[in-house]
Amino acid sequence: MIRSPAIRRPIPPLLIGFIVAAFAALAVTWRPAIERIAPPAPDSFTPQIISRGAVLAKLGDCAVCHTAKSGRPLAGGRALPTPFGTLYSDNITPDPETGIGTWSREAFRRAMRDGVSRNGSHLYPALPYEHFTHVTDGDLDALYAFLMSRRPVALEAPPNSLYFPLGFRPLLAGWKMLFLQKGPVPIVIGKSAEWTRGAYLTEGLGHCGGCHTPRNIAGGEQTSRAFAGGVAEGWRAPALDGSNPAARHWTVDALQTYLTTGISPDHSAAGGPMGPVVDSLSSAPPRDVRAIATYIAAMMGNGVSRPALKLADNPDGATKAFPQGATLFAGACAGCHSTGAPMLGQGRPGLALVSNLRDDIPTSAIQAVLAGIDPPVARRGPMMPAFATSFTDQQIADVLNYSRARFTGRPAWTGLAKKVSQGRKEISQP
Amino acid sequence: MTITINVNGSGHQVEASPETPLLYVLREDLRLNGPKYGCGLGQCGACTVQIDGKAAFSCVTPIAAIAGRSVVTVEGLAPKGEMNMLQQAFLTEQAAQCGYCIAGMIMRAQALLDEIPQPDEKTIRRHMQPNLCRCGTHMRILRAIRRAAAPNASHLA
Repeated sequence: MIRSPAIRRPIPPLLIGFIVAAFAALAVTWRPAIERIAPPAPDSFTPQIISRGAVLAKLGDCAVCHTAKSGRPLAGGRALPTPFGTLYSDNITPDPETGIGTWSREAFRRAMRDGVSRNGSHLYPALPYEHFTHVTDGDLDALYAFLMSRRPVALEAPPNSLYFPLGFRPLLAGWKMLFLQKGPVPIVIGKSAEWTRGAYLTEGLGHCGGCHTPRNIAGGEQTSRAFAGGVAEGWRAPALDGSNPAARHWTVDALQTYLTTGISPDHSAAGGPMGPVVDSLSSAPPRDVRAIATYIAAMMGNGVSRPALKLADNPDGATKAFPQGATLFAGACAGCHSTGAPMLGQGRPGLALVSNLRDDIPTSAIQAVLAGIDPPVARRGPMMPAFATSFTDQQIADVLNYSRARFTGRPAWTGLAKKVSQGRKEISQP
Repeated sequence: MTITINVNGSGHQVEASPETPLLYVLREDLRLNGPKYGCGLGQCGACTVQIDGKAAFSCVTPIAAIAGRSVVTVEGLAPKGEMNMLQQAFLTEQAAQCGYCIAGMIMRAQALLDEIPQPDEKTIRRHMQPNLCRCGTHMRILRAIRRAAAPNASHLA
């Protein structure tokens, strides 16, 4: 065997450039640790600031992500599946070892504004700091007071399991350069105080765009398509801009009812990850919820006149197109959803009004049938059973396309059975 | 029309229209009265049976949906009249008061134990969540499931 002599090649300039750039990036993105403090005594905060923080925590839905299933509130450990792997939320009770007990106010502000942990490491944007960065100092301090006055819970979150090389946190500095736009929510001259408050809450603590704005392949929100609809835990977060598919226009009143009760008689019920959001908002101050409703209704074009839709109900045409779906609907769905069913008399919207059935993307309609809809507020209210075990993928596809044809008249969803099969993988419970 | 359905391991020909809820066929045609009619709307779980091994509400499952799939009712757990371990645990713990929900409870719990023989408390509670009991025997029902999951444990909380 002939060995070729080793050739000594000069280091390519590109590699040198890369190494220099990497060091420069590390230097630019490096953040120092902030000194630990002794956990502040709960009574070092005034009751006023703690209760203000409690309200803000509801508006920001902190406990939704920072509480594991059946776990202690705010103690973290909830699995957050993302396209990049699974993250586990941190413990944000004031436990000194496993929580944020030794975090100073400055450390907390920096985490919320810059996405940097007390120890200087970058936080994943599952903590929506690209929204929280807009929150005022006063509100952040109130949140801090609320969290630091909770009972400490010692609970270590399981380690994240992310696809290589995303476990390397300094990479997040690059993400932030692209997607973290700091500064307050701009004041728009000529808007009402209610709208302005709504903009602040929606864009800031409420972080509604976190789900309702589509994301690019790097996981950043596409700001040019803000509120054009996104995804959340296998469900579709519907568009909140002019492209919202609702049959009737969302009014401020309808939105407020929906956001605080989980159901609007003119639209639909909150399903999937929107349930916990509603649960949180149900006990938030009505004025703040109304402000959010005002801002979102304006975004969806409230006030712009649009011809009223005649609500569709075409059983004959739908049966002709989807006979199998018609049979399944009659046996499984009609008891609650057919015209004149007793359930419809209790403030529940008919299927002709339900946006998920009108949406071009069937994701949420599929999930509602597979997983059902739990009553979001205190487990009271309308409950739809899960059909995942009753029906096969093809049967769910048939029943959905029948319903869409009958109650919306929109073109059938294509490749639906395959999408149902994908949707099944997203639900954890049989 | 005539539809063939597979219940408790054997095929049955039933004369019914395809949208008929499975529950009606089980009770009225096959005389299997274990599954109960509670709400008829998939809200209470009294009608729970297993379809292909998973717990399902038979009151909102039309028979058209179960062609080629296998159904098991509570009668199917004791084909020779001898109770299985879970049924025995329900008896030992006296988990029934009026008993109307129990067949459904057993079928849902059995589906869990078939998949996870020793589920933890959280898993049991989450799994049993869709089935309701109006008498309030939930604590005994949970004890029975724990007993069946760990039949040799000397201490049952």
